[in-house]
Amino acid sequence: MLITRRAEFSASHACYRSDWSEERNQQVYGASANPRGHGHNYVLEVTLEGEPDEVTGMVMDLKDLKQILETEVVQPFDHRFLNHEVPPFDRVIPTPENITIEIWKRLAPHFSGTGHKLHQVRLWETEDLYVDYRGEPA
Amino acid sequence: MIELTRGYRFSASHRLHAPSLSEEENRELYGKCNNPFGHGHNYLLEVTARGPVNQETGTLLPVSSMDALVRQCVLSDFDMSNLNDSPAFSGARVPTTEILVEEIDRRLRQRWAEAFPGGGPWLHRVRVRETHNNSFQTSENHR
Repeated sequence: MLITRRAEFSASHACYRSDWSEERNQQVYGASANPRGHGHNYVLEVTLEGEPDEVTGMVMDLKDLKQILETEVVQPFDHRFLNHEVPPFDRVIPTPENITIEIWKRLAPHFSGTGHKLHQVRLWETEDLYVDYRGEPA
Repeated sequence: MIELTRGYRFSASHRLHAPSLSEEENRELYGKCNNPFGHGHNYLLEVTARGPVNQETGTLLPVSSMDALVRQCVLSDFDMSNLNDSPAFSGARVPTTEILVEEIDRRLRQRWAEAFPGGGPWLHRVRVRETHNNSFQTSENHR
């Protein structure tokens, strides 16, 4: 069974490599390259795979999952400029792809050795763009 | 491997009517979708690419290239159009959203390699939402 919990955070980012020319940054990242940054209301959907517990009828207590998302993602990311305030985005370009992989890395250890496992991280950057990551070598 | 999905919106009208069936059979089969004057939807198209993240750029693909491809292959033809007028839906090809999603998939696939030269991302899935209550998706292409 798959269960999904949603969380939101608002953050700014810039997709910009200082070792590249302005022209190359523009060419690759377009408007996202503005080094002063811009922001999104990100929506995170985290999906776990597991079977309902025979006693509780739950795959996982969603309060606990909510708390993990809060501690690992929302508190450190919300209302921050990712490039300047949230490692590793001082060295890793905070493209939606890289943010999704980073969120997976932060969450995955919480689910090892439990009866359920992290199945997918979906990150909506806008209503018209989302990224899915399921832990496969990127 | 990662997947990136981009949404595109277009508005179009259509009438469902199979030329090989009688007027009465069409009315019975398609119901209100057979209205001779047609009707319209705000379609949402979701195009999903899958592949490795380019380590230099941190991206799966340039989203602007996907936007250009979809604009060229899909939106320029179908947005604000009557689908029945398109050569894609001539003859027996009724513009149901099943046939529409297949047509969009085919068009994107045809031009994909040109838009994303050198391999990398591939077209993983195409989904068209006709209304909030129904959507149609091509089979996922696991390479």
